[in-house]
Amino acid sequence: MSSAPATLPPQDSTAPTTARRAARRGSGRRRWVPSTYWLYLIPGLAAFVAIIGIPFVLNIWYSLHKWRGGITKMTWVGLDNYADLMHDDQFWQSFRNSVWMIIAMVIIPTLIGLLLASLLFDYIGKHFSGRVASFLRATYYLPQILPVAVAGILWNWILNAQTGALNQILKTLGMHNPPDWLGNPSTALPSVMLVLIWIQIGYPTVIFMSALQRVDPELYEAAELDGANWWARFRAITMPQIKPETFVITLTCTIAALKVFGPIYVLTRGGPEGSTLVPSYYSYLNFFDKSKVGYGAAVATVLTVIIIVVASVIQLLQNRSARKEERGA
Amino acid sequence: MATATETLPGTTPTLTDGPGERRGRDRFHRGPLRWVLLVVAVIVGLLMISPFVIMLLNAFKSPDDYSAHGPLSWPTEFYTHGLKVFWDRVDFPVKLWNSIWTSGLVAIFGVALSLLSAFAIGIGRVKGRLWIVGIFLLANMLPQEVLVYPLFRMMQNIGLNNSGWSIVLIFTVIQAAFGTYLLSSVLGTFPRALLEAASLDGANRWQILWRVVFPVVRPTLSVLLIFFFIWTWNEFFIPLVMLTTNDTQTVPIALASLQGDRMLDVPTLNAGTLVSLIPTLLFFLFFQRTLTRGITAGAVK
Repeated sequence: MSSAPATLPPQDSTAPTTARRAARRGSGRRRWVPSTYWLYLIPGLAAFVAIIGIPFVLNIWYSLHKWRGGITKMTWVGLDNYADLMHDDQFWQSFRNSVWMIIAMVIIPTLIGLLLASLLFDYIGKHFSGRVASFLRATYYLPQILPVAVAGILWNWILNAQTGALNQILKTLGMHNPPDWLGNPSTALPSVMLVLIWIQIGYPTVIFMSALQRVDPELYEAAELDGANWWARFRAITMPQIKPETFVITLTCTIAALKVFGPIYVLTRGGPEGSTLVPSYYSYLNFFDKSKVGYGAAVATVLTVIIIVVASVIQLLQNRSARKEERGA
Repeated sequence: MATATETLPGTTPTLTDGPGERRGRDRFHRGPLRWVLLVVAVIVGLLMISPFVIMLLNAFKSPDDYSAHGPLSWPTEFYTHGLKVFWDRVDFPVKLWNSIWTSGLVAIFGVALSLLSAFAIGIGRVKGRLWIVGIFLLANMLPQEVLVYPLFRMMQNIGLNNSGWSIVLIFTVIQAAFGTYLLSSVLGTFPRALLEAASLDGANRWQILWRVVFPVVRPTLSVLLIFFFIWTWNEFFIPLVMLTTNDTQTVPIALASLQGDRMLDVPTLNAGTLVSLIPTLLFFLFFQRTLTRGITAGAVK
């Protein structure tokens, strides 16, 4: 993903490799005998295998068994757990909710973040001061750095039906029966989404602000001389220029949205009636609450596969778009 | 969290010294629109911090005051009983210390492990390095649920269940998987001339790592250190599973474990949230520049 594709010679994708090969031949008196560098990799690889590699494989192994955990007997069931998943309404519900999580953690924050970033960069930063823009950016970013569980607990109280701040305010405004935000199946999901949007907004805003700094101001000046208005400039210059950042935000936030656990745990525990159930919480529930370890492991494995597939698709789209840009340049 | 990075953090210009200062002469420079837009930006800012304002207003308000005047009133007296209840009930200093030592050790060990592996991959160009980096990158995408049960059993077997050391072990490796990926690409562009000069002077690998490579990448390492610390501090899922008793839990888990407690009144909850947020808030203010640099550098490949 080159940020300046225009400087690359088009149609000459082999050039860098040949150049590198030539350079390697040129420095033929290489003193770096590569083999002993492996020594430095041993601690990292050993730790990786022990903490990530083996548990990952074991989890797949568990998912092929019926097992209540601990010292109880493990029974080999093959792919039965996966077959059961296909008929499990809660499982499907959790993945349907994942789509809502992506809307709340990727799509809406990216759009709002882009608006806020251009607002801060184009107007506030220039017509008032960089200080004001930096300060506002810090307020937007604040929810991002706090422990997500703690922020969630604060929101859990604010949205509480009886003692929560929001309903207390609504009551003083004359509303007699304010909704039970997190306790009602029809309002729980939108409420959780609102909290997630609040948490996420800062991340795209900060990234887009730095992306906008990278864009050459002369492009805008030329467009302005040609009489392009703000929207035309935004579409023709800003959006293509900040594409790399948009992809990175989409990729990282989509993965985060598929994995989301903490906010769900502290806000609703997946309820009421599974209306906010997500895959990670469903697998946790099976592991530690229902003692269906094999089943929980199967849910986690499916989630992993989906994350890898989604991430690969996003990466592929990104590569294709970068290639197209290079050809066009 | 896994912000893919191929740029050296620290090379991105900060907000105010970027280009573009000079094109401030369009028609929005004067006129009412710019004030409208400022008001919009400020309102969004206020909305973002409003939960914290409500928390502050109610952390030191007595329960009676709260039920009489609601969440938006100024407290009639400075009520500290809620804070005291929270502090004693969760034994806050213990939780704070648990969070500090586990996150601190993870940050140090994680950076050290990342540096060693990245030295082999980025400088040593060991065979199969693309595969190794690819696997580390993939590991960053794994949901922790896929590791948690086997890890839970492993920690039980080696007697580290319900111990902060399980958190240190696990997160050192998880953070180092990301750190190795990031540092490897940074070290991949390390000036070869420096390395060759050092080896001509008779330096061995170990000396090259500590006397040549380490000083050059120190700014990147410090960004990583800060991020590893804050990420581990904020971790929720694995600490929730591993740390089961009061004396081992970390700050976020302590607050969550109070949830659902019928005795928990509004000031206690808000005071608890407040003191749980203060350490990260201080950390944020202290390292704001470094953090912003790190986040933004992460997005530009």
